[in-house]
Amino acid sequence: MNEALRECAAMIGKELSHLWRARARVAGTAAFALATLLLFSFAGGMNADLLRHNAAGYLWVGLLLASTLSLGESFRVETEHNALEMLLLLPVRPAAIFVGKAVGNLVVLLLVGLLMIPLCVVLFDAAPREGVGKLALTVLLGTASISAPGTMHAALASRARGRDLLLPLLLFPLVVPCVIAAVQASRACFTGDAMGELSSWLAVLVGFCVVHWSLGALLFERVVED
Amino acid sequence: MPPAIATTEVGRRFAGRWALRGASFEVAAGQTVLVQGPNGAGKTTLLRVLASALEPTVGAVLLHGQSAISQRARVGLLSHADGHYDDLSGVDNLLVAARLGRVTGGVDVVLERVGLSSRAGDLVRTYSAGMRKRLAFARLLLKAPDLVFLDEPYAALDTEGQLLVDALLAELRAGGATVMVSTHQVARVAPRCDAALVVENGRVTSAAPPAVTVGGNERVSRIPAPGGAP
Repeated sequence: MNEALRECAAMIGKELSHLWRARARVAGTAAFALATLLLFSFAGGMNADLLRHNAAGYLWVGLLLASTLSLGESFRVETEHNALEMLLLLPVRPAAIFVGKAVGNLVVLLLVGLLMIPLCVVLFDAAPREGVGKLALTVLLGTASISAPGTMHAALASRARGRDLLLPLLLFPLVVPCVIAAVQASRACFTGDAMGELSSWLAVLVGFCVVHWSLGALLFERVVED
Repeated sequence: MPPAIATTEVGRRFAGRWALRGASFEVAAGQTVLVQGPNGAGKTTLLRVLASALEPTVGAVLLHGQSAISQRARVGLLSHADGHYDDLSGVDNLLVAARLGRVTGGVDVVLERVGLSSRAGDLVRTYSAGMRKRLAFARLLLKAPDLVFLDEPYAALDTEGQLLVDALLAELRAGGATVMVSTHQVARVAPRCDAALVVENGRVTSAAPPAVTVGGNERVSRIPAPGGAP
């Protein structure tokens, strides 16, 4: 168990170190997500109520679209010079590689998601009535729910031709339940949790995380072994 | 004591085409084996299958009597694709390999050994092809494997670098490692080898003593591989 944790810690350290060196990737993903929010604000026109009501949806659609850039890039660096192959030849469990990659992707998506919150306030007049803490927790659970299956499917698509097209085609249908839960929880945060439904939607996200992080750790070896 | 490498009817297919098939041979521990053959013969596929970087479509590979995947900690592979991260420095690439490979220390030593100390802190994306190859050698030395697969180790290297590879081959041999080296520089490597495999059209067509240089030409005695493909 200690060895597994040590391997996970080493992989997470490698991912964070790489992220810091390649922080343009985070900046690029954030710029894309923020541009998406701007486009939604233009498309919504002058109807302030409509924009405020749909703010949660805009937030998660923007984040989901941006995630495909970030997830694809995270495996481009592994396949560019066959670095993944060299990783697999080291005495490290494939599950630890999965955890490292998924945590790296989670960090990127979480940073982008947290950056999007103030823009939602400015563009859609959607101040979080339930407090920033609950919205940040929703963003954390929602991005964790995207990053685990996203990492699996980015690994799956990374060796295929047309991988940029393949990744969203594989990922989007899979994360529909997570996106619905994240939108509903975020809407409760933005507009007020009058019906007390926030905790239920957060529980759905926790369940989604448990299932997909577990499945990823168990199945990653089958995905990356040639 | 089982052989260091034993293959049984190993084949690998890519997109419906057999890149390697019917490969059956054994290599005793501590031997250095030259793998030769024309471009596209299947040498790279053979080495990658032996190193467990590729799973064979058919057949089995045993390393020291165990499945190849279970022996990965003992395997070193120098491949065409060097496996480096462009956005990390040379030393950071080695530190990643050291941490994940449970190696403590030695990074500075291997960087010095391959002549990269002065550029160790630079991003790998600024390295020349020869420097990338040297860094790949450094990573291999850091792991200290006893099963080593070298695919065109002299490619992209200058004269000094080629002499370094000669010295590393001699070191590996002296250290008792089992080495398989694929190269077109047959005359250079053959004197350091105990045996040679010839690969043609995806088949291991012969196992032979190393090439004998006669009047500047390489000549290999053809001996059928034990249990090998016809």
